[in-house]
Amino acid sequence: MNPENLHYTQSHEWVRIDGDIGTIGITDHAQKELGEIVYLELPEAGHVFNADEEFGTVESVKAVSELFSPISGEVLEVNKSAVAEPGIVNDDPFGDGWLVRIKLSTDEEVGKLMNAEQYAEYVKSEEK
Amino acid sequence: MRRTPLFDVHRELGAKLIDFGGWEMPVQYEGILEEHRAVRERVGLFDVSHMGELEVTGGGALAALQKLTPNDVSKLDDGGIQYSSFLTERGTFVDDLLVYRRAADSYLLVVNASNTAKDFAWARAHVGGAAMVADRSSAYGLIAVQGPASARLLARLCEPDPSDLPYYGFRTARVLGVPMLVSRTGYTGEDGFELYLPPEAAPRVFRGLLDAGRPEGVAPCGLGARDTLRLEAKMALYGNDIDETVTPWEADLGWTVRMNKGDFTGRDALARQKAQGVPRRLVGFEMVDRGIARHGYAAMSEKGPGLVTSGTHSPTLGKPIGLALLPAGVPVGEAFAVDIRGRSARARVVETPFYRRKKEAPA
Repeated sequence: MNPENLHYTQSHEWVRIDGDIGTIGITDHAQKELGEIVYLELPEAGHVFNADEEFGTVESVKAVSELFSPISGEVLEVNKSAVAEPGIVNDDPFGDGWLVRIKLSTDEEVGKLMNAEQYAEYVKSEEK
Repeated sequence: MRRTPLFDVHRELGAKLIDFGGWEMPVQYEGILEEHRAVRERVGLFDVSHMGELEVTGGGALAALQKLTPNDVSKLDDGGIQYSSFLTERGTFVDDLLVYRRAADSYLLVVNASNTAKDFAWARAHVGGAAMVADRSSAYGLIAVQGPASARLLARLCEPDPSDLPYYGFRTARVLGVPMLVSRTGYTGEDGFELYLPPEAAPRVFRGLLDAGRPEGVAPCGLGARDTLRLEAKMALYGNDIDETVTPWEADLGWTVRMNKGDFTGRDALARQKAQGVPRRLVGFEMVDRGIARHGYAAMSEKGPGLVTSGTHSPTLGKPIGLALLPAGVPVGEAFAVDIRGRSARARVVETPFYRRKKEAPA
């Protein structure tokens, strides 16, 4: 299930806020839709992006999908284990399969994101 | 969307279904990588009932097919199969297909699902009155049994035992008591069989094969694995690698063309292209830089621009591979650039096929 402590986008990313640090990943629904992930393209540390901006791509055998940032900030750290072994994202999308950690530029954007319950309903409505 | 006779079975098995050229087909069950491995190491079952079957019959059937296809149909004996195509007057692919000779005056052509209507119209228009052409697609379900353990599995269920069928041979047989046409063919680069059977019997046979194949570790496989398997074996996919802009010379399928067998549709254009020099070639590549170069991405070689026609992650090799139409004369080993969504990434021409199965040592 979608963890309660995360915030969600309509493009199926999540962000966890710890102070002024945001950890970003893709949702379980997203990894299921993509299938086995074989390749991740992520920004370098120091890269700055805005909310809704493309910051990387995730590729499965069958498809390629852009990653959009839930929130504005500067990249502090990229999950190198996930880049080396993208299957981690399938196995544990909300945990070990996180993608990037960023330093938030503002704390005003989080309110625009969905909570777990809203996201679950959004996924349901999308499937209709 | 159209559904095959196995649709309910796919749903029961929890397949992920997609729209494939107007057909609601399974793209995967457990996962593409696992299904790919099942076929390379054990045995996999594919529903390919969406494929089209055209019958060409009558006293003029052989002569008609000699005109309609570039391979030499007169080389086939009863029970023999040939890889061939329909070509336009420009020598480009209307479709690629298999020709099954049932008798001197009776042939079955197996064509791509999305081209069935086009091929039927094409064949009717070009055959004239000398032979009968019928679209028999709805009379056949089609199950592909692919992988090194496929012969062992079918030996228990098929009467007569199909183990002695030669590659690209077929005969009528009974599988689980159901009369059908069994051919030693496939689209995976492994040993395997294709079962052409009455649609109403398809669910029972598919389930029966899954049941009986437990000792072999049989797995139902979707179109996702079918694509990675065929690409590793460098088998062309219509709509990706070949289409009405590509000739057999360009696609490295010259071996399906017999220029000295007499006239056939497209022959003049092929003779012209051969005389003038073939401008581009379908080559295999792997990536030097990170990323997967996919169908439709632009390529740039030292000899000029080209196009990626297929690209995926190769489960067997564990790296990205693909096929590209490049200007003629780009040798194996040479690097070229691919535009991956705005980023230039290097690829390198390699020998194909990417994967070749090991022939079994004699027992």
